[in-house]
Amino acid sequence: MFPIIILSVSGILLLFLGFLKSRVVLLPATLACLALALVANFYDWNKTFVYFHEMLVINNLAMIFIGILLLTAFIIVALSGSLIDDEDGQPAEYYAIMLFSLVGAIMMVGYENLLMLFVGIEILSVAMYVLTGSDKRNLRSNEAALKYFLMGAFATGILLFGIALLYGATGTFSISGIGHVVNTLIASKANPLMLSVGMFMLLIGMLFKVSAAPFHFWTPDVYDGAPTLFTAFMSTVVKTAGFAALLRILLVCFSAGGVYAYWVPVLTIITVLTLVIGNVTAVYQQSFKRMMAYSSISHAGYLLIGLVGLSAQSKGAVSFYSLAYSLATVSAFGVLLVVAKNRPINAAFVSDQKTLTRPDETYEAFNGLARHNPLLSVVMAVAMFSLAGIPLTAGFWGKFMVFSAAVDKNVTWLLVMAVLMSAVGVYYYFRVIIAMFFREGQVETIRIAPFYRFVLLATTAITILLGLAPGLFQQFL
Amino acid sequence: MLTLSLILVPAFAAVAVLFVPPAQARWVALAGALAELLLAAAVFIHFQANADFQYGFDYGWLFNAANGTGGLRFSGAVDGISLLPVVLTGLVTPLILSSTLKQTYPRPNTFYALILFMQAALMGVFVARDGFLFYFFFEAALIPIYFLAAIWGGENRVKVTFKFFLYTIFGSLLMLVALVFLYANTPLTDGVHSAALADFYALNLNPTQQGWLFWAFFIAFAIKMPVFPFHTWQPDTYVESPTPATMLLAGIMLKMGVYGLIRLLLPIVPAGVDRWGHLAIVLSVVGIVYGAIIAIRQRDMKRLIAYSSFSHVGLMAAGVFSRSELGLQGALIQMLAHGINVVGLFFIAELILQRTGTRQLDQLGGLTRNTPRLTVYFMIMLLGSVALPLTNGFVGEFLLLAGIYGYNHYLGLAAGLTIIFGAVYMLRMYQKSMFGPANPRTETMTDLSGSESYTLLILCVFVFWMGLYPASFLKLTEPAVANLIQYIK
Repeated sequence: MFPIIILSVSGILLLFLGFLKSRVVLLPATLACLALALVANFYDWNKTFVYFHEMLVINNLAMIFIGILLLTAFIIVALSGSLIDDEDGQPAEYYAIMLFSLVGAIMMVGYENLLMLFVGIEILSVAMYVLTGSDKRNLRSNEAALKYFLMGAFATGILLFGIALLYGATGTFSISGIGHVVNTLIASKANPLMLSVGMFMLLIGMLFKVSAAPFHFWTPDVYDGAPTLFTAFMSTVVKTAGFAALLRILLVCFSAGGVYAYWVPVLTIITVLTLVIGNVTAVYQQSFKRMMAYSSISHAGYLLIGLVGLSAQSKGAVSFYSLAYSLATVSAFGVLLVVAKNRPINAAFVSDQKTLTRPDETYEAFNGLARHNPLLSVVMAVAMFSLAGIPLTAGFWGKFMVFSAAVDKNVTWLLVMAVLMSAVGVYYYFRVIIAMFFREGQVETIRIAPFYRFVLLATTAITILLGLAPGLFQQFL
Repeated sequence: MLTLSLILVPAFAAVAVLFVPPAQARWVALAGALAELLLAAAVFIHFQANADFQYGFDYGWLFNAANGTGGLRFSGAVDGISLLPVVLTGLVTPLILSSTLKQTYPRPNTFYALILFMQAALMGVFVARDGFLFYFFFEAALIPIYFLAAIWGGENRVKVTFKFFLYTIFGSLLMLVALVFLYANTPLTDGVHSAALADFYALNLNPTQQGWLFWAFFIAFAIKMPVFPFHTWQPDTYVESPTPATMLLAGIMLKMGVYGLIRLLLPIVPAGVDRWGHLAIVLSVVGIVYGAIIAIRQRDMKRLIAYSSFSHVGLMAAGVFSRSELGLQGALIQMLAHGINVVGLFFIAELILQRTGTRQLDQLGGLTRNTPRLTVYFMIMLLGSVALPLTNGFVGEFLLLAGIYGYNHYLGLAAGLTIIFGAVYMLRMYQKSMFGPANPRTETMTDLSGSESYTLLILCVFVFWMGLYPASFLKLTEPAVANLIQYIK
C-alpha cells in the first residue's frame, strides 16, 4: 500500500522536477523514491492488509514480488545515465512514467478483485507503450510502439471479455469469491461453459503480457525496437508482475482438483510451445537484443512449469525464478547499453537515414570485449551463466525450484523436455561468452561511471551469492 | 571440518591468486596447492579403514525443515570410496602446477586461479554426500576447465571446447532431472524431502523407473569419462587444450564419471543396473578395444595418449559394472594409478613439444641421445601405463580384468586385449620418439631441468609404491567397497 502512494506522489513530483534547468538531480531523486518505496513495502511484513474495500490484499508473497519489482526498477534506473545525457529526451517524463507503471505492476501483484487486475494491467501497459516509442525519431521505436499498442489493446479486450464471463458465471469480481463458487461447482460436478471460457480468455490475456507462445509474436519486434533501457524494464518488471498475477489467480481460484485437471493440459501445451519456440528461435538470431527477446520467451516457459506444478512450492519457485531472471537480464542489458553505445553503427541496419543512429546490438559488438574490459565481460558472463541455469549462479536454483515444484504432478516428460531446451539455451548464451573471451575484436577500454560499475558489480554479486546460498532468499517464504 | 577445508582452501587460494602481481601468481597457486596436498595427506594418514564416513561437515542449504534437518544439505565427508579420488586430486594438482613453472602463460593470474577453482570443485564432487551438492560441484568443475581450454588452447579451441561443453552439460542436465525426481520421491520427514545420497539409496523405486534413471545417470557419466559411443568430444578437446588443462581433464576430471558410477548409479538404481548393466559393460569393452586400435594408428603423441586414456577408462567402467569386489577395488585403485600415469605422459609429451617443436612421431626420433633422465622417467611412466607387474597399472588392471572375467569370460578376454594393445601403442610411441636416428629437430634436445625432474620423480615414486605395496591403498578402500557390494546385492 505505501509503495503505491509513494510512487504515485513521487511520480507527479518528478514531472515538476523536469522544469529544472539541471537534469542531474533527476536520477538520484528517482532512486531515492524507489528506495523509500522498497523500504516502506516491507513495513507490513508478516501482516496481511486489505485495502480499498477488499480490492487489494497485500500478504507476504505479494510483498516479496513487490520487493523484486522495486529492486529491479531500482537497478534499471541506476543504469539509466544515458537518458539524462540524451539531448532530445525528456528524462523527467520517462522516470515519472516508470514510477507510474510500477504502480500498475504493484496492483497486478496485490489484486483481490479482477477489476483491480484490469486497472493494474492497463496502467502498466499504457506506460510501456509510451516508453517503447520514446525514441521518437527512430523508425523502429515507433513501429515497436504501434505494434505493441495494437496487439496489447487486443489482448486487453480478450482479458476484459474473460473477466465479464467469469462475473457472469460466478456473480462476483472478487477472486476469493470466484474461488469459493468454483469449488462448490466442482463439488457438485457442474462445469458451466461460461466459467471455462471466461477462465481461458483471462489466461490468454495474461499469457500475452508475459509473452508465452503462441501469444509471443509481438515480443521480438517490440523488444528489439524499444530503447534498450526500456526493453530491460519490459522483460523484467512486466514479466514478474504478470507471473505474480497469474500465480495469484491460479492459486486462489483454480487450484482445486477438478478445475486444475481442466486447465492444466492447455497450460502444459502452452509451456512446451513456449519452451521450444523461445529456445529454438533464439539460436538463429544474429542480434543480441533479439536473442534476449526470445530468451525472455523461453524463460516464460520455465516459469510456466512452476505454474503447471501448482503447489505451495510454486510460490517460492516463481518468485525466486523471477528474481534470478530479473537480475541476470538487467545486468546483461546494462552491459549491452555501454557496449552498443561505444560501437560504430552496424551497416546491416542502415536501411534509410532514420535508422543511422542505431547502436550495434549484434553478437559481433562483443567480440574481444574481455581483453580491455574484464569487468564488463565477467558481469555479462555471470548473467549468461545464470540465464543458462548453470550452478554457482541464482539461475540454477531457479530452474531447480520450478522443476521440483512440478515433479510431483507426474510431468517428468515435461521436465526432460525443459532440460533439453536448456541445453539449447546454453548454445546461444555461450555465443556471447565466446565472442567476448575468445574472438578478436577492436573494442577499446570503455569508460563507465563508477556508480554504474558499482551497480553492475552488486547485481552480479547478488546473482552469485544466491547461487551459493539460495536459502538466504528462501527463508522469507 | 577437514573435508570442508579441502574445498575451501583451493577456493580461497584461487581468489588470492587473482589479486597478486602476475609474476607471483604461480608461486601463490603452488603454495595453495601444497597446503591442499598437506590436508589431503592428513586425511589419508588419519583415515580409519572402515566403511564409515569420516571428517564430515553438514550444514543446511535449502528447503530445510524448521529444526534444520532434511532438505538440500551442504554436507560432505570422506569414506573408502572417495578417499582415493581425494588423494589423487590433492596429489596431482601441485604436480600439474609445478609442470608449468618453466612455461609462461598470458594472463597468469586467471590461468592459475582457474586451476585452483577446478581443484575446489573436484574436491567438492568427491566429498559430497548430498545429491544436489554433488551435481553443483559436478557442473561447477566444468566452468574453469572450459575457460582454461578455450582461452589458452590451440588453434581450433573455440569450436572444440564448445562441443565439449555442450556435450557434458547435456549429460548433466539429464542427471539433474533424475536427481529432482529422486528428491521428490523421498519420504517427507518434518514436512520436507531429503536430498541426502543415503536417502536416495533407500528408495524402493520400481524397475521401470530405475531403468529410466539408469540412462539419465549413465549418459551423464558416460559423456564425462567418456565411454563409447559418447567419446567424440574427447580426443579433440585433449589435443586442443593447453597441457595443464589436458592433465586436469584426463588425470582427474574423467574420474568424476567413474566415481559417479560407483557413488550414485550402482547403489541408487540396482534394478536398473540389473536390466541395463550388461549393455553398459559391452559398450565399455567396445570402447576399450576401439580406443586401443585407434591409438595404435596415431602419429600425434598427445592424441595417442588421449585415445589410450579413452581405452583405459572403458576398462574402469566395465570393472564397475561387473559389480564384483575385485572390479570395484580395481576401479578405485586404477583411478589413482591412471591419474598419475596419464599426467606423467602428458607432461612428457609437452616437454618434447617445447624442446623440439613437434609432437608428431614421424618427425621425432633419437631423443635418448642427450637425455638420460627423460629416458628413464619416460620408461617408468610408460611401464606403469602398460601394466607391467610391480608398477601401479598392473594392480588396477589385474583386479579389473579379474572382475570382468568373473562377470563374463568372453568380455574378460576382450577386455584383456587392452594389455596387449596397450603395450603395442605405448612401446611404439617410445620407440618412435626416443630411439632411431636423430634429425635436426631432435639433435638439440636437452635433458630435464630441476623442477621437471622432481615432478616426474614424485610421479615415479607413486608408480612403484602402488605397484609394490598396493595394500596400503587397497586396505583403506576395502571395507567401504565390501559394504557397497553387500548393499547392492
